[in-house]
Amino acid sequence: MFSISKSLTSSAKLRAIPSLLNRFQSTLVIAEHDGKNVKAETLSALTAAKQIGGDISILVAGDQCVDVAKTLSTYSGINKILLAQHADFKGFLPERLAPLILKTQKEFNYTHIIAGSSSFSKSVLPRVAVQLDVSKLSDVIDIKDADTFVRTIYAGNAVMTLKAKDPIKIMTVRPTSFAADESSGGSAPEEVMEAAEFTKNSEFISQELKKSDRPELGGAKIVISGGRGMKSGDNFEMLYKLADKMGGAVGASRAAVDAGMVSNDLQVGQTGKIVAPELYVAVGISGAIQHLAGMKDSKLIVSINKDPEAPIFQVSDFGLVADLFKAVPEWEQKI
Amino acid sequence: MRILVGVKRVIDYAVKIRIRPDGKGVVTDGVKHSMNPFDEIAVEEAVRLKEKKIAKEIIVMTCGPTQSQDTLRTALAMGADRGIHVEVPPSEAETILPIQISKMFSEVAKKEEVDLVILGKQAIDDDCNQTAQMTASILDWPQGVYASKLEVKDKKLEVIREIDGGLETILLDLPAVVSADLRLNEPRYATLPNIMKAKKKKIAKMKPSDLGVDSAPRIEVIKVEDPPVREPGIIVEDVDTLITKLKDKGL
Repeated sequence: MFSISKSLTSSAKLRAIPSLLNRFQSTLVIAEHDGKNVKAETLSALTAAKQIGGDISILVAGDQCVDVAKTLSTYSGINKILLAQHADFKGFLPERLAPLILKTQKEFNYTHIIAGSSSFSKSVLPRVAVQLDVSKLSDVIDIKDADTFVRTIYAGNAVMTLKAKDPIKIMTVRPTSFAADESSGGSAPEEVMEAAEFTKNSEFISQELKKSDRPELGGAKIVISGGRGMKSGDNFEMLYKLADKMGGAVGASRAAVDAGMVSNDLQVGQTGKIVAPELYVAVGISGAIQHLAGMKDSKLIVSINKDPEAPIFQVSDFGLVADLFKAVPEWEQKI
Repeated sequence: MRILVGVKRVIDYAVKIRIRPDGKGVVTDGVKHSMNPFDEIAVEEAVRLKEKKIAKEIIVMTCGPTQSQDTLRTALAMGADRGIHVEVPPSEAETILPIQISKMFSEVAKKEEVDLVILGKQAIDDDCNQTAQMTASILDWPQGVYASKLEVKDKKLEVIREIDGGLETILLDLPAVVSADLRLNEPRYATLPNIMKAKKKKIAKMKPSDLGVDSAPRIEVIKVEDPPVREPGIIVEDVDTLITKLKDKGL
């Protein structure tokens, strides 16, 4: 009834047979942070790096990142933390960070460069890869060996296993396919990196991040998403109430975002966030291919829709054919 | 300002794809193709910049098999001025990667002396999300990827980007490379008179080697398969049953 995603089972298998992979690798993990906290994507990338085996270094760059480097050094199995703190790195502009990563690579000759998939890593790593004349792999969901990887194509409707022929493997890994590293007790030494020269042709102006007490969409154990059927942004209040009671995050389909009901950073799907929570609740979402791409690896899927023919029911473990405006408040009242 | 826009012919977003019997790719023969949705947005943005008299000329470029010309014609009908078709045989088009495509774009951007390259943020077939970043990197130009708003201000480009958790504003020197996110604009439909006019617009043909690019594959596809199928679930009759079922699962 509820199938554990394939990638989870295979990564468990990999942990069981570490000798499967070449031990003479060296991996650079690109850390992502907000100046204080390490992002969950980075801990997924660390898990992926450990699967490849060999030495692991983590590059921590930013205008403020000393504390982040300290936090990361306590994880086990890391050989070195490379710290690059510089005022120029404010806003993490890719035009400035790509030369730093490139310089780090030229100095230490890693076989692999890994980051968790995110808007940051996807912005910067292709810039690095092309300078090294190597291809980049996006959204890797499984590592078979040091040069064989699995990734999805066509909005998750096909799974490709490929062998990368380039000498250096540069990739972003899908955080929902690699559990965050939870190790402790490490004491990796720190090494200070000087900033590399860059062309000053871009300037960071500002960021407008949504502040919320709810768990972050990508890492939430429960996600409740609304679609076109929600009819208006105000009606999302119902989903927030239910999410708060269950300790979950709120997401949305593209239709809801395009209709202006909620902001784009809530979008779940091929071009939005990819989530794989314990429980995904789709409310008023028909289940277009592009939406399924972002949530079909969830452990348990529940959908509420008044149209019994909605494609979402084909991937749902439990479906409720009902008017969401009655069913959602009732659910919220009864738990 | 001269703008170079990239477009890709992909399987239509609404088509349910099928894996080929040889397990090395997906079935493309006889399947409906259209312009990658993000590229339509890129073309639309370029046309709007021309309508605002900011851009003088829009060059649209694609790399792909013969049929990719249809995609170029669509872009020309939307308002692009002329096209460039880098033709590769269908077998090669399958394994060509952003690294090779970005080399072609950067070469053309230099040759044609463009001030702005606009691409889609990702193609919906390979889902790579790399070409704009790589093109910018080769040219050592700044990038504004996942753009949801563009504005030219005092010869600089202000870009609002969609990032995890919200939005970001950056200011780029020109020339620059931008990739379009879904919310940048609403692409127009080409009208019949414009489709007729587009037939007269020029398309230059070339090969990857004309741009000094080696299109030999950099990856070996071992297999392409269907994703794991979820077991069919059940329809519950009411909210109470749903709550009970979830409790049984420990939720």
